[in-house]
Amino acid sequence: MKKVRIWSWFWIVVGVLYFVIPLIATFDFSLRAKKGQLSFLAYTNIFTDPQFWQTFVFSLEMAFFTILVSLILVVPTTYWIRLKLPQLRVVIEFISMMPFVIPAIVLVFGLIKVFSGYPFRLTDTNFGTYVLLVAGYTTLAMPYMFRAVDNGLAAIDVRSLTEAAQSLGAGWGTILFKVIFPNIRVALLSGSFLTLATVIGEFTIASFLVGIKAFGPYMSLIGQNKTYESSSLAIISFLLTWGLMGLIQLFARGEQTNLAGAR
Amino acid sequence: MSSNPQPKSLNTKRDAPQVRPANSDWKKWLGVVPFFLFVVLFIVLPSISLFVGSFQDSQGKFTLKNFVDLTDPTIFSAYWVSIRISLATAVGGGILGFFMAYAVTVGGLPRWVRSGLSTFSGVASNFAGVPLAFAFIATLGRTGMVTLILKTIFGIDLYDQGFKLYSFWGLTLTYMYFQFPLMVLVITPALDGLKKEWREACENLGGNSFHYWTKIGLPILLPSLLATMILLFGNAFGAYATALSLTGGFINLVTIVIGSQIKGDVLHNVGLGYALAFGMVIIMAVSMTIYYILRRRSERWLRI
Repeated sequence: MKKVRIWSWFWIVVGVLYFVIPLIATFDFSLRAKKGQLSFLAYTNIFTDPQFWQTFVFSLEMAFFTILVSLILVVPTTYWIRLKLPQLRVVIEFISMMPFVIPAIVLVFGLIKVFSGYPFRLTDTNFGTYVLLVAGYTTLAMPYMFRAVDNGLAAIDVRSLTEAAQSLGAGWGTILFKVIFPNIRVALLSGSFLTLATVIGEFTIASFLVGIKAFGPYMSLIGQNKTYESSSLAIISFLLTWGLMGLIQLFARGEQTNLAGAR
Repeated sequence: MSSNPQPKSLNTKRDAPQVRPANSDWKKWLGVVPFFLFVVLFIVLPSISLFVGSFQDSQGKFTLKNFVDLTDPTIFSAYWVSIRISLATAVGGGILGFFMAYAVTVGGLPRWVRSGLSTFSGVASNFAGVPLAFAFIATLGRTGMVTLILKTIFGIDLYDQGFKLYSFWGLTLTYMYFQFPLMVLVITPALDGLKKEWREACENLGGNSFHYWTKIGLPILLPSLLATMILLFGNAFGAYATALSLTGGFINLVTIVIGSQIKGDVLHNVGLGYALAFGMVIIMAVSMTIYYILRRRSERWLRI
């Protein structure tokens, strides 16, 4: 048993080193913007860059609408299927896996092909482009949202809750917003935060639809011409991911629902 | 169901103990219309459009030439490099992730290691794209920390040895960063499913640890292991942001070629671009199908 434990520690140490070394290297690099001394200059440069805030807020807004649309699409549908159309469960589960089959780059290719031309012409206006972006993100977020909501609904007795609400005279709106939503709010929160983590720094879809307006393409631009600032951005972005994942763990107490993000 | 008062004569008929009133049978399908409308508009339509486009020439006539053109050496090598990198990171990340998951489940490490690992895997598997590329440039780039340490302390100059961050190995090492944590996340429940009784039964029959793993443990885990590695394969195969920011586009990957095609007709053939994308979907669809089948197989033994 002793020997086994040594090997166990060995693999953990290897993994932790793989995880930590790039972070240390990046942090160290981000402190060297001033020649000959360590400073937080690269961070001040980023935080005083108006474009940083503009793109960050833009991506936050897009994430907000993505979460809103995902919740509106996924929660009532999953609930309804559980209650009335159990035969559709396989279908919706299959659909929620589509982002694993259609990579983001192919998805955005198809979206542009269909919606930039006649009859939709969505890319002609800013609003249309944002709609397309949110639609793309909603598709990307589908696996997390569906899994989170489905797990949440599995943990409660949907049928009894619905019947109880109905017998008290509740309509569908009341049932959804006052009974179902509050009962699965932990699942909804973790699905929402996973979506936020996926969308906030997303590059592929954003770069083809809105370009430099979004946070992912902004980071990429900084990487092309500012070495130290790009390292500080990597650290900021890492802390952001850590924060969001920490929040999810706090809600879900270790229940991981994420499978893959936007690479 | 309804709180509106209704005429008594009607009510007596409606209140018959029917679970599903026949008249609302078609109505219940209305509930899923918005979702499926979204799916048709933003997933099915773009996919069909790419599919149709890949069978059209520049005049819009039917052709199979685009698929013949996929065998062009540059295109073929783009697929080949993508597949090799995805395979390497799936196997490498899979092995490292498996041993780490093994360590915290069967390996007898304290509980805090396990919860720490689960948090870290959640973060690391989501830390990808542009910032991950930056991190690896600061680590293994020409002036990266590890590069400099190897050079000054160990006298090994990576870049003299032919290492480049925007090559096969550079990309593989970078992808591994999000691959092995994903493996940890997915395979840990499978390892939890190994029952203590199986090991005891093996020991009672005079078997040792070697027998246990070769005859019981690995055969039971194999479908989950393969399934997860295929998931990792697809995860790397579709990666675009990480590869682009790491290499500036100086690597011939399928995603990078598609990316340049979206920006402008670099292939000088629009249909070929669609065929390229369609080919990617085929590879992903095949791997996800195998994943699904293996997953079903593994569930026979392990309740995940």
